[in-house]
Order: sequence, then C-alpha cells, then structure tokens
Amino acid sequence: MEREKARRLIELARKGNLRAMGRLLTLLEKPGQESMWILEEMASQAGRAHVIGVTGIPGAGKSTLVSKLIGGLRRRGYKVAVIAIDPSSPITQGALMGDRLRMQEHATDPGVFIRSLSTRGLKGGLSLAALAMIEAFDAFGFDKIILETVGVGQAEVDIMHAAHTILVVTMPGAGDDIQALKAGVMEIGDIYVLNKSDKPEAQKTYEYLKFALEKGDIGEQEEGWTPRLVRVSAIMGQGIEDLVNAVEDHYKYAKETGRFERSIESRRLLLVKLLAERILYNILEKAAKEVVKPPNLTDSGRIPIAPLSLALVEETCRQASTTVKGKTILDI
Amino acid sequence: MSSPQSTRRIKVLVAKLGIDGHDRGAKVIARALKDAGFEVVYTGIRQSPEQVALAAIQEDVDVIGVSILSGAHMHHMEKLMEKLREYGAEDIPVVLGGTIPIPDIEPLKRMGIREVFLPGTSLRYIIEVVRRLAEEKRAREAETLL
Repeated sequence: MEREKARRLIELARKGNLRAMGRLLTLLEKPGQESMWILEEMASQAGRAHVIGVTGIPGAGKSTLVSKLIGGLRRRGYKVAVIAIDPSSPITQGALMGDRLRMQEHATDPGVFIRSLSTRGLKGGLSLAALAMIEAFDAFGFDKIILETVGVGQAEVDIMHAAHTILVVTMPGAGDDIQALKAGVMEIGDIYVLNKSDKPEAQKTYEYLKFALEKGDIGEQEEGWTPRLVRVSAIMGQGIEDLVNAVEDHYKYAKETGRFERSIESRRLLLVKLLAERILYNILEKAAKEVVKPPNLTDSGRIPIAPLSLALVEETCRQASTTVKGKTILDI
Repeated sequence: MSSPQSTRRIKVLVAKLGIDGHDRGAKVIARALKDAGFEVVYTGIRQSPEQVALAAIQEDVDVIGVSILSGAHMHHMEKLMEKLREYGAEDIPVVLGGTIPIPDIEPLKRMGIREVFLPGTSLRYIIEVVRRLAEEKRAREAETLL
C-alpha cells in the first residue's frame, strides 16, 4: 500500500469514518512495512485515552462484564473502544472469536467500536498487534479503550502491563485462598471483580478474596491506591455503577500521580522491544535457512546443537547489521 | 518483512438475522471455517441488519455469512444490503445459508447476495466459495482506497 493511501485512510478515520478505522486496524494487525509507518503516525496523535485491561480465568464472564462496562462508561459520556482477544488454533491458525457476541447490543452505538483479535501462533505477535491497536484507537479519539484477554500466558500478562487500570475478573467457586495466592495474573489487579455474585457460593469467595487482598497476598499496594474488590453480577446488571466508580477513581489516581503518563511510556517501550524483536525474528528465520541445513548438520552424524545455534546468532547479527544500518522505517 | 505465520488470514463474519434461534447450522459453518484456517467472528442469534453491517465494518471482514431459517430471508437480506450500501461497505461479499425456497434464489442474487447455500451443501464447497470471494475482495482492495 502506498503511503498516500495510508495517509488518506488516517484522515478519513480521524473524521470518524468507520471503514477507514477498520482497515487501519487490519493494517496494524499485520506486521509489515506500511504498518510500521502507520503505527508511528498513530502514536504521534495518541496519548490521551484511558486503557482498561480486563483479564481473568476462562468462563468468569469477562465479555458479558465488558459489555456492561461499555454501557456504564457510555452513560458517563465516554467514547469506548474494545479490543477483544480470543485464542487461535495452534493447528490451523484459524480462530472462532465469540467475545463480540456478548457485546453486540452496542454494535449500533456510534460511540462504541469493537474489534476482535486472535492470538496467532506468532511469538510476540499478539502483543504487537494489540499495542498497535491501542495507539490507533487513542488517535481516533476514543476516551476509554478496553482490552479484554484470557489471563493465561506471559504475553497476556505483558499486555496487561500496557493498561492504565487492570481489572481481574473471577467468579464464585473458582478456587479458594490458595488459588488466590498462586502467581500469575491474580497478582496484578488494580480492581478485582467478583462476577456472578448472585450465585450461592459468592459470599464465601468474596470473603476469601477480601482476606487475600487485606493481607496483601494479591494485588499490589501502591502509594495512593489500595486494590479494590467489587461484587458484580454482569448478567443481572448488578454492581455495575460501583465498578464504573472504581474504574474512574483509579483513572483519577493515575492522572494525579503521573502513573498515567508512566504507563503510556512503558507501553511504548514495550512496543519498541516487540517491534525490534519482530524484525530480528524475521532475519533469524532467513539466516536459519542458510545456517541450519544438511552439510552443517552432519558433524560425525550428530546435530551439533550448541555450535550451530551460535553460528545462527552470528549469521543473524551479520545480516541484521546490513539490513538495518543507516535505514529508516521507510526502507525496511 | 513478513513471515508465513504473519500473513493476513481470511476473516469472516458469521451471523444470524432476525427472530430465529436455530443456530446449529451457523455454528457448524463457523467451526468449519475456523478449521479451514480462517478467522471467524460469530455475532450470535437475533441480530438486526444494522448490527451485522456495523460488526462487519468494525471487524473489517472479507466475507459476511448469514444464516436464516425463519423464512424471513427476503426482508432481512434486503435490509442488510441497504445498510451495507448506507455505510459504503457494499463491496464486502455476502453469502446466505438456510432453508431458502429455490424460487427465491434468483431475486436474492439480484439483490447482490453472491451465493445461496441450501441444506445439504458440503462444507468443503462453502469453504471454497468463501475463500474465492475473500481473495477477489482482497484483489479489489489493492486498487481502491477501501
């Protein structure tokens, strides 16, 4: 795609053209020459939106909760964008993305834009696409960007760190206090949401979570912010206002303490690393074709693992320096 | 700067229009398309034409697949095509599956529906058609702005 075309798409998107937005997001999903330029362009117009990460165990009701959260934020006049991440098949790379299904009531609201994203089989690909989309939605003028993902895997935890406010969603019966102690996504919440709190075991789970939070077993205590626990029943529409209040309180806190700007900075640093990793990975794939091949494999009938990997690194570095040296994003 | 893993995959919206809860067929299709390596966005039952059109635009899909078993396909498809035109998205190919009387097929095609799949159509054929329509759309994309 020529630059002029991308520029016109950006212009249209800034004016609110939905198709142009959709297309730009597609270009950012696919890492390549034009996406780097578009990303740079988008990021230069971004830095204002509040990014809300929503994570938690499968089946906790994240998508339904996000749908209610959209409603709550819309009632306060915010324009809301959603990036809903669903897994893709490790075998066919295909994906069936159903998060949107729970949010379709907002499909015709001009102040809401929902986009599904599959995890891909690509290392770092998910994070790269998701972070690039955050920059785009921010540049398009959305006030709140909700990033929904299953809280499994390092990439997902990484993405969550790109959010200003992290919501960890759990449900009754999802585990006792020992589960809550386990390392992972449970540790990183700014706000913990006990969904399905209309269920009978909800009180017990609530007590466990409250205790774990008070002891500091989950959630990171920060200067000026104590992680909250909110009881919600997304499907019954209960507790949504409390949740929106908590999200807004955290937003205020982030704005007042400078955490908001720091978070954008770390999100972009992560983007830099991921983008560099992507370029390097592509070069490594190319170098591998030259280094990891039959004549090199037969050292006394055995594949020399360590020497060969070192040779691959050497070749990658050699190619990398000629690929990147003296070049701008336009040449890559 | 692209590797085979990162090439853009065919993206399809699977939707049900109108008051019609029979989603078994739509789910079978969604699953088959996923297994064929496509990215499928499933929007579920009881959708309005406007919801489907806007979802297709926001997701920037290559093909829209609609399933209707209620008998109201003429009305709903007409409205869907209208909405797509309204949002400047009439270039997204639309296919329809369901219990469609044979005499309705021609009028549906005149409306702009690219293909009508009747009960008993093989999944392989549906996948082939969707792939072809998606590839044609991608080829047109290269020449136009949107």
